[in-house]
Amino acid sequence: MDAAVLIDAIARLIGDAGHVATGALSPIPMAAAMLARRRSGGRMRVTVLGSRRNNRFTDGAQELFDCAAQGRIDVFFLSGAQIDGEANINLLGLGDYARPKVRFSGSFGAPYLYMLVPRVILFRIEHDRRALVPRVDFISAPGWSEPHVYRPGGPVALVTGRCVFDWRRDERRFALRSVHPGETAASIRDATGFAYAEPDEVPTTPAPDAALRAEIRDLVRHEVTEVYPRFAEEFAI
Amino acid sequence: MTESLSLPDLVARIPDGAMLVVPPEYSGVAVAATRTLLRRGVRGLHVLAAPTSGIQTDMLIAAGCVATVEAAAITLGEFGTAPAFNAAVRAGTIRMLDSTCPAIHAALNAAEKGLPFIPLRGLIGSDVLRHRADWKVTQNPFADAPDPIVLLPALYPDIALFHAAAADREGNVWIGRRRELAVMAHAARRTLVTVERVLDTCFFDREELVAGALPALYVDAVAIAERGAWPLGLDEEYAPAAPALARYAAGTLFPQNQLAGAA
Repeated sequence: MDAAVLIDAIARLIGDAGHVATGALSPIPMAAAMLARRRSGGRMRVTVLGSRRNNRFTDGAQELFDCAAQGRIDVFFLSGAQIDGEANINLLGLGDYARPKVRFSGSFGAPYLYMLVPRVILFRIEHDRRALVPRVDFISAPGWSEPHVYRPGGPVALVTGRCVFDWRRDERRFALRSVHPGETAASIRDATGFAYAEPDEVPTTPAPDAALRAEIRDLVRHEVTEVYPRFAEEFAI
Repeated sequence: MTESLSLPDLVARIPDGAMLVVPPEYSGVAVAATRTLLRRGVRGLHVLAAPTSGIQTDMLIAAGCVATVEAAAITLGEFGTAPAFNAAVRAGTIRMLDSTCPAIHAALNAAEKGLPFIPLRGLIGSDVLRHRADWKVTQNPFADAPDPIVLLPALYPDIALFHAAAADREGNVWIGRRRELAVMAHAARRTLVTVERVLDTCFFDREELVAGALPALYVDAVAIAERGAWPLGLDEEYAPAAPALARYAAGTLFPQNQLAGAA
């Protein structure tokens, strides 16, 4: 897994958003948001949960959620121990809810933010049939909702350690957008437990050159380390 | 009047079975007070994480102090999953009320206002909602078209417990930007605070400090606990102690029998 490829790919997906926020346990999305902000010439607002440097909230932990409900956050990141082909995500546990085989930390703000932030980028490094499943064991947050349910938000893409998928809202399925260097359409099929659309020609996710890698390293060293010291220490690209 | 107490006397105010609201790991966790509390052998706590918790709740579970956990997540952050919490949930030995961050914030906001419940967007279609018998979905009474919305009962904790850098001589507590601590204190029936130090001053005499102060009105008692958040950090005072947190995450601080006792 080449973290720089993921950071660059996510930064491209963020594009020219006005306000990007990152939540718990999100060092790579944070680095990507920092990169996207730099590319915007500093115009992009980035709010990093758990940061003091990159956080201009003054109304406590609830402010992120109030902001999201008001439409003041354009892009957010969510993950899942399991993600299925309908973009449902599971952050809670595996097996039976009452007596899980494996228990994770919990659903955090996902049941809310997934429905209210217009562009949610799903991110999960591990890409295998245990992570990308036909059906999640527990729906922390649903990938789509019935038309009468208030839902201005939802997924736009899924970035993994192997590829980028787009979410096709109208078709309620993912579509392969690009494979990271070293992967093929066939290797993605082998590693993915759910069905998705696949174009005839599958492009390769761009690999950052030396200058971009140096830029990312610099951002990790100076920004990400404040919130994710362990990630920054282990980071080598 | 805010009382000034010793650490043991402060935690003596937390009875068995209390609903105890605690802050997330970055926001001033009263770890020293928690250690004192679990040594006392408190039982049957309902720990409400506002909205997440980590080592504090895990320690209380490991020591057998907890009956119920209500949280959006229990996590040691970069250091991994919370060992005692995980064992207890898998074994079914604690009652777990899985929630989501904005639901806990909103339910505490409702309590601040003395309300019985509060509506919240999102959540519909989530299994978190499906497993919460105490949450309801209703039609928005102000909408003409179908518009289902979730109603959450207010959360009135018995006690809020947190750690802050300083109190002044009146018992006003400096919380700075950590306004979630104010929400906890407003919502809870009693608030107990540990601080690094008590300053012989009054925060209200300096206008630029007022917005970062929690008024003594909401603070029942203060105790001094130097490095009281350790091994967690405290804004501008000390950073988290990574080696100690890694040791904790690895389970080495808790002998297996204690984990089994919780499980």
